[in-house]
Amino acid sequence: MKKIDVRGLNCPEPVFLTKKAIDEGNSEVEILCDAVVARENISRLAGKTGYSFDYTTNADGDFVISLKRN
Amino acid sequence: MNKKVLSRDKILVIVTGAVIALAAFILTRLGNPKNMGFCIACFIRDMAGGMKFHNAAVVQYMRPEIIGLVLGSFIVALIRGEFKPKSGSSPVTRFVLGAIVMICALVFLGCPLRMFIRLGGGDMNAIIALLGFVAGIYIGTLYLKKGYSLGRAEKKHLVEGGIAPALQVLLLILVIAVPGLFVISQKGPGSMHAPLVASLLIAAVVGALCQLSRLCTAGGIRDLFLTKDVTLVLGPIALVVVLTILNLATGSYNFGFKGQPIAHSDHIWNFLSFVAVGLGSVMLGGCPLRQLILAGEGNGDSFISVLGMFMGAAISHNFGLAGVAASASSQGGATLGGKIAVILSLIFLVLHGIYIAKKNQRG
Repeated sequence: MKKIDVRGLNCPEPVFLTKKAIDEGNSEVEILCDAVVARENISRLAGKTGYSFDYTTNADGDFVISLKRN
Repeated sequence: MNKKVLSRDKILVIVTGAVIALAAFILTRLGNPKNMGFCIACFIRDMAGGMKFHNAAVVQYMRPEIIGLVLGSFIVALIRGEFKPKSGSSPVTRFVLGAIVMICALVFLGCPLRMFIRLGGGDMNAIIALLGFVAGIYIGTLYLKKGYSLGRAEKKHLVEGGIAPALQVLLLILVIAVPGLFVISQKGPGSMHAPLVASLLIAAVVGALCQLSRLCTAGGIRDLFLTKDVTLVLGPIALVVVLTILNLATGSYNFGFKGQPIAHSDHIWNFLSFVAVGLGSVMLGGCPLRQLILAGEGNGDSFISVLGMFMGAAISHNFGLAGVAASASSQGGATLGGKIAVILSLIFLVLHGIYIAKKNQRG
């Protein structure tokens, strides 16, 4: 599983780095993210690229997003 | 589930674009300058003048729209639990980028939002700027692909994120309680304004919607190039369509290049200045409107970008860099200083972008 940390990054870097991980062929990607807008953008990207999207919120209030290829 | 999210996002962006068009139309009817119902660059510039940071007598007024936008975003962000103070991502670079975006926008006489508003009024000079904007954004996406990043912001305390909205409240109180502190133009665009309450409330609604929808005039085009996501670009499209219809229906539509309000037809410089605005906006992570909305959400990096724009506006008018609008006696255009500023801006944008991308690639 590919893990990426996009906390604190400018739009569109979170979604762009996620797209890069998807384009590399990873069937599972875990993204640590701290912005709702990035989470929403990643959700849209997942929908378009055939990945399932799920997330939990950790103790720091950050989102741990899990993408899995359908 | 994803399809639902997708359609809700798109509808929200379209509604926001349409509401901005309506807001610009109403504010123009209520007194704001024509084709400038809602221009971020012009209004920040007017505020810089209103506070005497520049002395261009025709563009001085404390625009409540800017205050309303930030506070509208702040209130919604607070309610939604999205008010998250953070900063620390190359603040000095952002300040300079903000100033560059402002200086170059004022060569064209408007920010990207006004460019779309001008398009909706039939001003075809805006098409030239749009071409430059798209080119600049495309170049920006190449930088992002090569690793351009201003680095991570960090979570910060309440004060860091609260200063932007608190400052708006303070300005609003001062404008109402001690209006003599500020200058109001006696003629020109600065003298044309809608009533304070209308400007403030309409802008707050727009700010709230922009916070909800994430509308960004640069982000939509950028996403098309980067991820082929059409969501955000629907906002500006809706804005232009709705405003065109409103202007046509009321006989306010004036198609062409000549005789446009507060505009000039210096095509080369309208194009080049907006290459810089597009590229700078991508590097900042959003257009001037978006920076204001993010400042309302507690993003200190965006607020420092806005302060850079404020400084850029003052520099622009203190040193004669702003474009000159066409009039009965002059065809207007970019000034020599403005042309030099655009060229220097483009050189800075290109070179610092290459440097940062290379540094980031090496890790």
